[in-house]
Amino acid sequence: MSMPMFSLTECFILSQKSFPRLFEVLQAKGYQVIGPTVRDGAVVYEQLSSVDELPCGWQDDQGGGTYRLKRRADNALFGYGVGPHSWKKLLHLPAYCLWSAQTENGKLQIAPGDGPAPKLAFLGVRSCELHALAIQDKVFLRGKYVDPAYRQRRENALIVAVNCAQPSGTCFCVSMNTGPKASFSFDLALTEVIESGQHFFLVETGSPQGAELLGQITEQKATQKDKDAAARVVANAAAHMGRTMESAGIKDLLYRNYDHPRWEDVAARCLSCANCTMVCPTCFCTTVEDATDLAGKQASRWRKWDSCFTMDFSFIHGSSVRASTKSRYRQWMTHKLATWFDQFGTSGCVGCGRCISWCPVGIDITEEARVIRQNDGITLTKEQVHENQKP
Amino acid sequence: MAVKHKPKLAVWKFASCDGCQLSLLDCEEELLAVAGAVDIANFPEATRAVVRGPYDLSLVEGSITTPRDAERIHQVRRASKYLVTIGACATAGGIQALRNFKEVKEFISIVYATPGYIEALNKSTPISDQVFVDFELQGCPINKYQLLEVISAYLNRRKPNTPPYSVCLECKRRATVCVMVAHGTPCLGPVTQAGCGAICPSYNRGCYGCFGPKETPNTAALAKRCARIGMSDPDLVRAFRTYNSYSEPFRRESIAHEQK
Ligand code: SF4
Ligand code: SF4
Ligand code: SF4
Ligand code: SF4
Repeated sequence: MSMPMFSLTECFILSQKSFPRLFEVLQAKGYQVIGPTVRDGAVVYEQLSSVDELPCGWQDDQGGGTYRLKRRADNALFGYGVGPHSWKKLLHLPAYCLWSAQTENGKLQIAPGDGPAPKLAFLGVRSCELHALAIQDKVFLRGKYVDPAYRQRRENALIVAVNCAQPSGTCFCVSMNTGPKASFSFDLALTEVIESGQHFFLVETGSPQGAELLGQITEQKATQKDKDAAARVVANAAAHMGRTMESAGIKDLLYRNYDHPRWEDVAARCLSCANCTMVCPTCFCTTVEDATDLAGKQASRWRKWDSCFTMDFSFIHGSSVRASTKSRYRQWMTHKLATWFDQFGTSGCVGCGRCISWCPVGIDITEEARVIRQNDGITLTKEQVHENQKP
Repeated sequence: MAVKHKPKLAVWKFASCDGCQLSLLDCEEELLAVAGAVDIANFPEATRAVVRGPYDLSLVEGSITTPRDAERIHQVRRASKYLVTIGACATAGGIQALRNFKEVKEFISIVYATPGYIEALNKSTPISDQVFVDFELQGCPINKYQLLEVISAYLNRRKPNTPPYSVCLECKRRATVCVMVAHGTPCLGPVTQAGCGAICPSYNRGCYGCFGPKETPNTAALAKRCARIGMSDPDLVRAFRTYNSYSEPFRRESIAHEQK
């Protein structure tokens, strides 16, 4: 693995002592800072008022269906792997009022839904998450049908990325070519360096806005030594991925294994609970619900996160076309790793590992892919094929 | 379009704690709107005035536990155009269905001084075991907003939004940290129907399954995981045997662990 480069843009140094300035400058510019903090035993993304709320000195142990915080030996601010939340919850809201209507004196009036988008600064965006944002941008902003709610929130968002130093036990961004170093689509990108008694941030700028902000905080240019130290942090992260997935040819692998017996096996373990799709930073599916008042005078239309694991999701003309859990799990995994390429030109998986950690029964997409690859094209008996083709 | 004439609403009670009916009274702010939209024709918890049937909308609370009630529910059905069961008792037999796993005569002889006066059926059963039910609203107790939603959907002639998927969707939409994954706390959320708003996990407790089984619940896979994080077979029997113990998926799962 070659060393990540830190020379494309000019790099600056932000000392640990001057780090709180970042908050002050962002807040002075009218941004609400959203970033990582510890709540209920996990690192979650919430509104922060000061640097003291960052998960100083915390890291995590993650595996299939488990997540535990633990103390670090140092006081790193960003020494954790991604937690249960993703930035999706702030751009593609879990529940969103599209519009409301009321009748008064027999006249129908329609009002727009949720109000104007807030100005948010995302602090601590990981490389895989930048890729996930880019993927959701394609979903919501590309082509004829642009989602105005997403666009407003996205355009307003300022992004301060942080390169990963400590991947979690379920990370596999290296396999998916999505990390661990932030390479695009940020305003600022930090690398937290803690070595030989030093604790500082190497900062890259990714936009004029980012450069302007940084100019108000530090003018100290990074030396080659600083850049080398930061490169070591990222290289070390890349060498410590918790999971791997052979992504080459994965689309065709899944397409030709539509009848693989493994789908039946995973269906016996899967709860069809939808947690994997809820935590996945690229999943975008929604359902629409109408609400009416008792008098029949007011109505509103809501859009809510939905999932291909629910029966209603594929309810077409009288019944659900994916009635079995097997067909629902297969839909999820095949969409992420295969049909997404045909639909959007990229993988739908960025290797963040959330679906593995936050699956209550620890079903692991990398493991499922591995088993299918190991038994690529395994042939079924005629009866098994028949059984397998039931919806 | 709203229904033209003011529909007559009736509330009926069978074997139950009254908690679900009370969620209608608990609607406070919305209660006037309810009273404005429907004629409350029979609701003993709220008023003694009784309007004769037939009724457009009947809300039925409670399970069938006595021979007399097994008769009465047919009268209610005959007098009702649209019958909605509310709560775990009416929909699944309720907490009193725990008797279904034992011999009820044994309890009666222990509990009552004069067992001869007690006329009880051997099983507590849901309303749908006796008569046709138009809609079942799950929950112990039901969620008052879901009740308003059912009434409002009825009045506006649309399908109620009471999704049959897992509690986990509500849990994730409100950004709660999963207690199962992050704390190792067993949680019935993945096999339980949404509707409560995922209250318990937001207080760092596992879901107790008050809203009954979700669509396609995989109780066996969840039980296996719960066993791995420390639950014994007797614990699992108890977890599946609460308010919805007699719903088929929970009943089967509890029996599986009893037999181990
Ligand atoms: S599929 Fe899983 S690992 Fe891939 S992006 Fe989604 S949550 Fe992350
Ligand atoms: S995996 Fe399922 S929930 Fe996710 S984007 Fe695809 S269809 Fe939607
Ligand atoms: S794979 Fe896991 S998280 Fe996803 S639906 Fe199945 S049990 Fe739930
Ligand atoms: S806490 Fe329970 S209900 Fe919430 S996501 Fe986890 S398993 Fe599901």
